Amino acid sequence: MGGTVNVESLARWIRTFARDIAANQDLLTRLDSAIGDADHGVNMNRGFEAVVAALDKHRPSNIAVLLRDVVATTLLNTVGGAAGVLYATFFLRIAVAAGQERSLDDLAFAKALRAGLEEVAQRGKVAAGDKTMFDALAPAVEALEGALAGGAGLSAALRRATVAADAGRDATAPMLARKGRASYLGQRSIGHQDPGAASAALLIAAAATALGEASG
Amino acid sequence: MKKLINDPAGVVAEALRGMAAAHPGLRVDQQNKVIYRADAPVAGKVALVSGGGSGHEPLHGGFVGLGMLDAACAGEVFTSPVPDQILQATKAIDAGAGVLHIVKNYSGDVMNFEMAAEFAAESALEVRSVVIDDDVVGRRGVGLTVLVEKIAGAAAEQGRSLSEVADVARKVNAGGRSMGVALTSCTVPAVGRPTFELPETDMEIGIGIHGEPGRQRLPLAPAKQVAEYLLDPILADLDFTGGDGVIAFVNGMGGTPLIELYLMYHEVATILGKSGVRIARSLVGSYITSLEMAGCSVTVLRADDDLLKLWDAPVHTAALRWGR
Repeated sequence: MGGTVNVESLARWIRTFARDIAANQDLLTRLDSAIGDADHGVNMNRGFEAVVAALDKHRPSNIAVLLRDVVATTLLNTVGGAAGVLYATFFLRIAVAAGQERSLDDLAFAKALRAGLEEVAQRGKVAAGDKTMFDALAPAVEALEGALAGGAGLSAALRRATVAADAGRDATAPMLARKGRASYLGQRSIGHQDPGAASAALLIAAAATALGEASG
Repeated sequence: MKKLINDPAGVVAEALRGMAAAHPGLRVDQQNKVIYRADAPVAGKVALVSGGGSGHEPLHGGFVGLGMLDAACAGEVFTSPVPDQILQATKAIDAGAGVLHIVKNYSGDVMNFEMAAEFAAESALEVRSVVIDDDVVGRRGVGLTVLVEKIAGAAAEQGRSLSEVADVARKVNAGGRSMGVALTSCTVPAVGRPTFELPETDMEIGIGIHGEPGRQRLPLAPAKQVAEYLLDPILADLDFTGGDGVIAFVNGMGGTPLIELYLMYHEVATILGKSGVRIARSLVGSYITSLEMAGCSVTVLRADDDLLKLWDAPVHTAALRWGR
């Protein structure tokens, strides 16, 4: 039996995210100007433009090839900064979890996202409340797992994950940054949304758009 | 935005082309954006590689050469280099005595160098890493990085082993502290507008080197007062009295003229003198910058006889050269 998430739909997820990053590049840069060094939008857009170019050239035979060789490797070598490593790490770990499969069922996909999230936390040495991308990703993965466990389909579960990611992103505004460039501002980081959490929320929303539609 | 550029996206690559043209003693890999000593790998010598975002020139490329770095990896403006660049550089300069990575303490730099070191270990290369975190406000790697590269570079040139060179770098990091002030913001070419707005009447205290706002915004004050703002936290953080004295470094952030840096150095020297700190060596100039930001940083490094001898040892790079 084929799973609900496959190479084609995952590639669609990445392309959707790339489009949303391009559309929100200025917003991400503005958020990063307030508490960082004003490069998150520029860097993410450069990276995902390269990923889309790589997707146009390759026809990945399985999920691991798509997410490791095309997506993660390209990100690692084009984005730079913490975001490059962390997004690459996320996709790399999902690729490892997927192995040679061409498709994953809902639960296996959620498990792969959980593994990706944990690897991001380890590589970035981040925890909940540090005011990073983790604060949007973690509640999203949790909501996805909870919805699936409650019997929801992937589409509904990803919609709930999107709501949780957006809430997680918004909740970073009052936080005191403990990681990344924003942490150097001390109290002055309070009151600004974290740009990494903002891009991570776009990633989950893109998953709902691209992966949810096919599975109903 | 008013800059001497052709295309915001091409700034780093085009500047590297200029470095190559101006300094025949360097070899520049345009593809990977790495600047090498032309004679690297140097047989029997521990190799030093550093790197970071561009926009801090002359750091790091200006410090490649005899007595300092063997390679410098250039990232995009204010963005760390990527693991592949660092790995290429590490492989290219390894002469069998091992490679030291000198990393400024920013999460992006640390993670990218970490991944490169993991990849290098898979290729059976011996790599040690030293993370520089001299900024008293946020433990970022700032001015002291220049002194670490000079002193560890001299230790490697003397033929010391990888663990000895790493120990020297760690000793410098442990004995040095820095603090910076900004009078203006700066503009990242790809963004096109200043990173933050700073009125004529204000300054930012506790800044890093990425045009980011500092810990505190205060009304602009006379240089004498600013020197106190910078030195008080440094002197409170570490005891610099006794020993063989200190190396005192007043660094320009890119948009402040040397006349102001020397004026600041006088204030710094006066305060250090009153505090019982003896200055053994000094450095004044713009060596680790934040594009065109106006302002400066002050670095104080506790030195012993060994560190001073390494400081005095010959160096020949684009931005620092003496004793040869």
